[in-house]
Amino acid sequence: MAATVVTPAGDVRRSLSGNPRRRRKERSIHGLLVVAAGLSILVSIGILLALAFRAVSFLSDVQLGALWSGTWRPRQGQFDLIALFLGSAIVTGTAMLVATPLGLGSAIYLSEYARPRARRALKPIIETLAGIPSVVIGFFALAVINPTIVQGLFGATSPFTMLAAGIGVGILTVPLIASVAEDAMHAVPGALREAAYGIGAPRRTVTIRVVFPAAISGIVAALILGISRAVGETMVVAIAAGAVGNATRTIDPLEPGQTFTAATASLAIGSDQVRTSGSGLNAFEVLYLLGAILFLFTLVLNVTSERVVRRVRRDY
Amino acid sequence: MTVAGAAASRSTVELALRGKRRDVASRVFSGLLLSSLLLSLFILVALLVSVLVDAWPVLSTRGVDFLNGNLSRFESRAGVRQGLIGSLILIGFVAVIAVPLGIAAAVYLQEYARDTSRINRVLIANIRNLAGVPSIVYGILGLVVFAQALRGITGPQSNGLSYISGGLTLAVLVMPFMIIITMEALRAVPRSIREAAYGVGATRWEVVRSHVLPYAAPGIFTGAILALARAFGETAPLLVVGSVTGYLSAGGGGNVLETLQGPYTALPTIIFAWSREAGDEWAQLTAAAIVVLLVVILVVNLAAILLRNRYERKW
Repeated sequence: MAATVVTPAGDVRRSLSGNPRRRRKERSIHGLLVVAAGLSILVSIGILLALAFRAVSFLSDVQLGALWSGTWRPRQGQFDLIALFLGSAIVTGTAMLVATPLGLGSAIYLSEYARPRARRALKPIIETLAGIPSVVIGFFALAVINPTIVQGLFGATSPFTMLAAGIGVGILTVPLIASVAEDAMHAVPGALREAAYGIGAPRRTVTIRVVFPAAISGIVAALILGISRAVGETMVVAIAAGAVGNATRTIDPLEPGQTFTAATASLAIGSDQVRTSGSGLNAFEVLYLLGAILFLFTLVLNVTSERVVRRVRRDY
Repeated sequence: MTVAGAAASRSTVELALRGKRRDVASRVFSGLLLSSLLLSLFILVALLVSVLVDAWPVLSTRGVDFLNGNLSRFESRAGVRQGLIGSLILIGFVAVIAVPLGIAAAVYLQEYARDTSRINRVLIANIRNLAGVPSIVYGILGLVVFAQALRGITGPQSNGLSYISGGLTLAVLVMPFMIIITMEALRAVPRSIREAAYGVGATRWEVVRSHVLPYAAPGIFTGAILALARAFGETAPLLVVGSVTGYLSAGGGGNVLETLQGPYTALPTIIFAWSREAGDEWAQLTAAAIVVLLVVILVVNLAAILLRNRYERKW
């Protein structure tokens, strides 16, 4: 039967699609939008190429022993990566010790305990904290946290300590953990809570035994993102822990130290002769290697957090 | 019997409901949760108060002179004028480049591309990853691409370490953030709005232009403000792209292009530089500069929150 209906398909399609000027406009806008969306790929490729080429060329110039020399002294050609790794690990560890209880506690309270009005009053605390720039927290860590907490309670002697920097980075990480974890708990359907309340469970039990397990993928993702953020944080460490630019291998958080990020910043603000020295090994070039390490490390963490969400997610 | 039974069960229920098993652990638990939030508030207040106290000697004695002063080796003369102007110019780049491109990319990903297409998934995963890349890595990108490879355009005289390089770097840094926020705002516009427009024969762009964007505008606008505030406080990438931490000549000569191709500084960079100087006077100057930075950022953030509360719709 369908075969008997003869339609001038081309004509119909043309008249349905409207006037050609409108279609041309539509197509050119479509093109522009595609370009805008595609730019992000260009940025990723740019980062990869910029880092990879320079990092490899630095690695081929440097004596590999210098990457294992026991101290980080780029101006003297000593690029001990272990010293930086220990610094990053201590700062990130401290930050997570601060940010995990504060962030998750705030998230649970806002999602499960606070009434709507309290929520409206309390949530801006987290949002304001999220808007404070890291240089400001860095100065706070140097001028307040280090003298009062680190020197006062822990008896540190140095004006620059990794502990103070770690606490500062932790403060910066709280809003990220709180907001991602709260979203995850918010997404747990009310029916699950009501079922538990219905058999007489108190709020604490509902929170710990029902909501928390149901939101666990989002909570783990929040913590992984928190670690990624803490590893990538630069200014707090540059101001509060690594002002000297050099570092030794140490696991004592009461000492000054240097992380991958702070070491990069410290190289970057070095004087112009470090930047432009022509021949021989240029200390500045190690910056690209550090950037590559940072990029890979945070990439792995970010991809992991997405994986966790996807693997553990249950659809309600 | 039935009456007695009912009375007995009622009393046990009441006992259970009122404090027979007064649940101490629950109270401790909710107290701990609330105190984690209050501790965050305490940190915030302590930060603001300590900065204000440190800044007070400078702000009260120098006032406008501090806002108007140039960078200087002398504590009594140093001011934040160049930093403020520099930061505003950099923010201009972000507003002109990152905001429209971010919106355009989000419109494509949310309204044009099919959710299921592999390219779309790759693009979105890529943007999420870019949003998680540490800001200092963007600084390295800016150094290699804008300051070195494009030196001829960005600043032949300044080694490429110029306003243009710094502004472009910040724009690239903020773009993923802008895209993600805009996509969320677009997603919140219900399907029926789009279908109404398609129903009367609008093309895809007409639907977006006349229906989706206007309804998503408050969310997009809030996102743009937050993105600009973020760029305003960003320091690490600017250090790598050579934002000046020491002396910067007050300039004055030259046309607009020459200025933009010349050396630059920004308010957060100045804060960083001053925080490294020894002595109480410099600490006070640092705190005063932080007050200026925080006033700008907090006012802008507050505006964003108020705007969102005012115009946010629940569908």
